[in-house]
Amino acid sequence: MSDGPPTLWEWFARNWDTGRVGSISNLLSDHLVMSLVPIVAALVLSLPLGLACVRFRWLYQPTSGLMNILYALPSLPIFMLLISVTGLSQTTVIIPLTFYAMAVLIPSVVDGLGAVPDHVRQSAVAMGFTPVRRLVQVELPIATPVVLAGLRVVAVSSISLVSVGALIGQGGLGMLFTRAYQNPFLPPVIVGIVGIVLLALVADGLLVLAQRLLTPWVRARRAS
Amino acid sequence: MRRTWQGGYGPATNGRSRVITFDSVTKRYPDGTVAVDNLSLEAPTGQITVFVGPSGCGKTTSLRMINRMIDASDGQILLDGTAVQTIDPPTLRRGIGYVIQQAGLFPHRKIVDNVATVPFLLGWDKKKARDRAMELLEVVGLDPAMAQRYPFQLSGGQQQRVGVARALAADPPVLLMDEPFSAVDPIVRTSLQDELLKLQSELNKTIVFVTHDIDEAIKLGDRVAVLRVGGRLAQLADPKTLLSEPADEFVREFLGHDRGIRRLQFISAAGLRLRTDLTVAEDAFPADSDEPWLLIVTPDRRPVAWVTPRRPEEREPYGTFLHGKDNMRSALDAALLSPSGCAVAVDEDGKVVGVATREALDEALAEAADV
Amino acid sequence: MNWLTDFFGNPENWTGPGGIPMRLLEHLEYSVLALVLAVLIAIPLGLLIGHTGKGGVIVVISANLARALPTLGMLVLFVLLLGTASILPVIIPLVLLSIPPILVNTFEGIRGVDPELRDAAYGMGLRGGQVLGRVLVPVALPLILLGLRLSAIQVVATTTVAAYVGLGGLGRFVIDGFATKEYASVVGGSVLIVLFALVVQLAFTLVQRVSVSPGVSQRIR
Repeated sequence: MSDGPPTLWEWFARNWDTGRVGSISNLLSDHLVMSLVPIVAALVLSLPLGLACVRFRWLYQPTSGLMNILYALPSLPIFMLLISVTGLSQTTVIIPLTFYAMAVLIPSVVDGLGAVPDHVRQSAVAMGFTPVRRLVQVELPIATPVVLAGLRVVAVSSISLVSVGALIGQGGLGMLFTRAYQNPFLPPVIVGIVGIVLLALVADGLLVLAQRLLTPWVRARRAS
Repeated sequence: MRRTWQGGYGPATNGRSRVITFDSVTKRYPDGTVAVDNLSLEAPTGQITVFVGPSGCGKTTSLRMINRMIDASDGQILLDGTAVQTIDPPTLRRGIGYVIQQAGLFPHRKIVDNVATVPFLLGWDKKKARDRAMELLEVVGLDPAMAQRYPFQLSGGQQQRVGVARALAADPPVLLMDEPFSAVDPIVRTSLQDELLKLQSELNKTIVFVTHDIDEAIKLGDRVAVLRVGGRLAQLADPKTLLSEPADEFVREFLGHDRGIRRLQFISAAGLRLRTDLTVAEDAFPADSDEPWLLIVTPDRRPVAWVTPRRPEEREPYGTFLHGKDNMRSALDAALLSPSGCAVAVDEDGKVVGVATREALDEALAEAADV
Repeated sequence: MNWLTDFFGNPENWTGPGGIPMRLLEHLEYSVLALVLAVLIAIPLGLLIGHTGKGGVIVVISANLARALPTLGMLVLFVLLLGTASILPVIIPLVLLSIPPILVNTFEGIRGVDPELRDAAYGMGLRGGQVLGRVLVPVALPLILLGLRLSAIQVVATTTVAAYVGLGGLGRFVIDGFATKEYASVVGGSVLIVLFALVVQLAFTLVQRVSVSPGVSQRIR
């Protein structure tokens, strides 16, 4: 090994698992937690809210207006303002990311349910589906492609947004950026960017896979 | 003083009609599909030529080759002897009205500006273009109040009228219509068809009309070109000839049922022998008539009911057709509406001109079958 | 609340190169500069690709990839590579990150116009450029403006983060305050940025109302 600064791979290997808090493997798992929790939480919250917006049309305008406003708020000042409530914790990053995700997902759910053709809904009613069965067996499956498309956007942007949390000490792989800036050194930045992009691509790939498994008819139609 | 509207190409056209000639036109796509195969025909000046056929017969492709939305692979299309391939497409198109299925109105422009599209393109003064647009809205039967609306505020039928007005705006000598009425409901379609015929009787454009509906083709066409899949011409004839002498099995099948009955609509009922001695006044009913049926009329000769001397107290229904205007199909229909089996000929005021008896109808039908 | 009165009540915060008015102007300047550069690149490209229909797949894939790029990482990367002699190393990632929303929405907007409409426009005798300018752009305008709005939101946020690598603007209050534990500055700066972002959002909503034809937005009746 040379005496000069370590190469990218050397740096990566040396820092992958140092047993300390700042090792890359730890940052990666932090990153996963801070991006996955908002994605899942947003999905869980957006489905009932989206359904409510479809059921009660008057709710959609104010909800989407509010979500538009929330989406426009830059993450860094929101993190800062939340510190006084939730401290320098992962929660401070998770809460705003959840709202950003909801701002994308609620319209997806509403659009997805809106994409259910009226004749399909009517014939389900005519065949005697109860409202709940109709929702679960007919409407949600048809809405799935649109919701999943929204989820893909949410997954990728959440994974990339987590890194801003590094500015309050909770950035997952983003911590590599602040570390590289404070002690000017290129390998951490590259590892951080590549790591985050790879993570995003994997998440996107998994969602595409889920889409194929959950909605086989979409592909069949396209192929024909 | 009527202004001289200048079509985009050539010298001033004065709104004068032009003849369109297909000379061995073929459209072959790179994948080898032949959409139109060696098509030669003429769409004569001032007439409606209809291209009709099943899907895949190349009718729309043929139409779109006229204004170069698609270019022919072989052969040429001539406009009054000038090959369209030699004319710059936008210039060519500004001189040809074009109406399509969904009207294709510009959603961001008010109706009046939609209609004035081509005049604006030709560089007309804004006010003049808008005045012309307002004039045309009236011609196609739209309320002038519609002018300031946007397309989404209009019904499908109204949008289609705007589409026709837009195509006519620069008074082009040629009008291409690609299934313009197929997206509206049957009642609206019928009224749009009637108005097109009325419009054409005043404007005398050279119209090429594409449809998959043979009834529409027969109703509108001066000449009907039946195309078969693969873009080959099966028959080109006027509707009456088409119905009476289909060129082959394909055309016969495409024409469908009721060919004989439908042909009657091309035979005028004006030649029917009418009897004028079968009408009586309500209170002057003869007890001893030899006729099986008599028509009761009011003092101003409007029909009231048929009556038979066998049951003088019963009033039976009657059917009428317009004397001199209606065709044999209407006359026969009128006869079938009454137990008397006779059709009542009336004038435009609804007054009885005479009565066509079963014998008279028989003679006329025998003649028709003779063709 | 004390932090807010401390921050906004302090007359020192209202004057000089580090005062609120200067920082606000800086934030505006960098945001507008980045957005204008992004518009100059993304709109013509989006129109071209949407109109010709060529290269669409590449646009969508690269835009999705761009969404995955972490802003902070890009800022640090360019500063480490190009130094801090000018603001260029910061402006480049700012522009790069604001291109995708405009590009994708312009492209999708133009490509998504009803083919019948395009057909009618050509059939009336409009030339290619006229079809684009007089029909496709007005009809696609809601999506194009949406792309601009998303991009503006992105730029305002990224400009804030860019304070970390030395750029001026409102982010300075937050970053410097956080580093020196002056929480009045952090909170006051954060509130200013949030207000700034809301004003930008509002401005774009107004632009949309004014510039999109009521026939397209179907906003009447």
